[in-house]
Amino acid sequence: MSVRSAARLSVTASAPAEQAARPAVDMVARRRRDVRRRQVMVQGLRLLVGVVILGVWELSARFPSGAAWEAQVGHAGLIDKFFWSEPSDIAQSLWTWFRDGTELGPLWQQVLATMEETVGGFIVGSVLGVTFGVALGRNRLLSDVLSPYIKGANAIPRVVVGALFAISLGLDIKSKIATAAVLVFFVVFFNAFQGVREVDRNLIANARILGANNRQLTREIIIPSALSWIIASLHTSFGLALVGAVVGELWGATQGVGELIYSAKNTFDTAGVFAGMALLAAMALLAEALITALENRLIRWRPNVATETRI
Amino acid sequence: MAPAIQLRNVTKRFLTPSSGVYTALRDLNLAVEPGEFCAVVGPTGCGKSTTLALISGLEPASEGEVEVDGKPVTGIVDGVGYVFQTDAVFPWKTVLENVAAGPRYRGASARDARERAREWIARVGLAGFDDRYPYQLSGGMRKRVALAQSLINGPRILLMDEPFSALDVQTRNLMENELLTLWGASPTSVVFVTHDLEEAISLSDRVFVITAGPGTVKSSYKVDLPRPRNVAEIRFQPEFSRIYEEIWSDLRDEVLVSYERQKRGAA
Repeated sequence: MSVRSAARLSVTASAPAEQAARPAVDMVARRRRDVRRRQVMVQGLRLLVGVVILGVWELSARFPSGAAWEAQVGHAGLIDKFFWSEPSDIAQSLWTWFRDGTELGPLWQQVLATMEETVGGFIVGSVLGVTFGVALGRNRLLSDVLSPYIKGANAIPRVVVGALFAISLGLDIKSKIATAAVLVFFVVFFNAFQGVREVDRNLIANARILGANNRQLTREIIIPSALSWIIASLHTSFGLALVGAVVGELWGATQGVGELIYSAKNTFDTAGVFAGMALLAAMALLAEALITALENRLIRWRPNVATETRI
Repeated sequence: MAPAIQLRNVTKRFLTPSSGVYTALRDLNLAVEPGEFCAVVGPTGCGKSTTLALISGLEPASEGEVEVDGKPVTGIVDGVGYVFQTDAVFPWKTVLENVAAGPRYRGASARDARERAREWIARVGLAGFDDRYPYQLSGGMRKRVALAQSLINGPRILLMDEPFSALDVQTRNLMENELLTLWGASPTSVVFVTHDLEEAISLSDRVFVITAGPGTVKSSYKVDLPRPRNVAEIRFQPEFSRIYEEIWSDLRDEVLVSYERQKRGAA
């Protein structure tokens, strides 16, 4: 409806002589406007979803209230604030941490500590994952020999491995990086391996005919081709790195967001637990945006990658 | 002088996934003179593509001898260009990088490779498209990239596997004419695989007819049409029709055999 009326408007507005040239320009302008309108709509709906969720949460922690209700269920509201907290309390906790610092020290130090562990684990895990994935993908014998070990290792709950690292590597950053790296490794490894296996045979044949040696083949054909698989795995694996870092902190740490959550839990401070979770979510979203930007840079050759599939 | 390409009693077998043996070629004999433009026609599944894979060295022969320039083929043959049936240009490289790939792999400096690539891009009519990625090009343009990518290495032997089969008729005629021009300017021997007899005759000096699989050469025909040719017009010449009828009477039986087999296989 609105598109059609806009078209009619522009036709009546333009002089007859210009009409032949106008439509194309109009089309482009209209398309741009539609895209922009859609972006605004998506942002608006996103905001709305957030407001509704937080609003329902907040309201159901406060209402119904009154002596009769409280006498009956033991607390004000549909849900118990003591166990489930409420958004305003969580915001308050975050603000207090931000303004006065946490019991472990300034807030930014905790965020930075967890970020360091996460990024460290992410980098170590992805580099190892890509290296082994490409190596095993390229070498049939190696992959046949090692595959039962890798599948077996993959079946071990890796969160448990964090306990081992806490003992063997100590309570500082090393054990967290190791835990995060182990979580990241397998996801990236399997994707890189599969990506290498899926490389178009024709492209390999073409490169060999054109004179590529094995090293050039790996660097210029195999890796770029597997890159879309690898990058897809990086999206999930950053989240896993964060999980690894936080779990590592739960096994014993002196700082970090995970440790913050752990100490909030020990004082039954549910608002503090949720505040820590909110921080983690914010970190994950930020990282996701960075990885998407990286993806768009690295995979320019693919039509409309990420922009269409991004959620 | 030794033939540019010589296949003697070549047999090629493949293992099928169900651990059976599939014979693609049997006792194939074929010789291509230096500078000759040869077409290979045959029904689908007769091993035409396999023949090219053997000549290029991508696949070893199971039996028999494959020689290029009088030397037995043991691996990828130096001086061979290969234009694949499907798109084989590298999607993550721009047109310029795609065309420059061959010289780069062969050790040319980046600048030298780029310069030569620009020349070839212009020669196949893609000047101004240097920085495009393959997905931004039409099918015909991608074929030009593939052609430039092969020809930049100055191949003595150019193998083409139904390179234009995916193109519309107009684009195809255009590309065929350009191929003839580029071929005429260099001393290259061409083996052009196609299922299209018209295309085969209008391009080549000699046409090999391959039997329904396992493929072997049934007959070969010399095409004595004058050059330079215009592929869009040459098919109206009486001599063209005569050759066409002659080859077709030979090819038809093979096509029928292959068709019957497919029908039976499907039933």
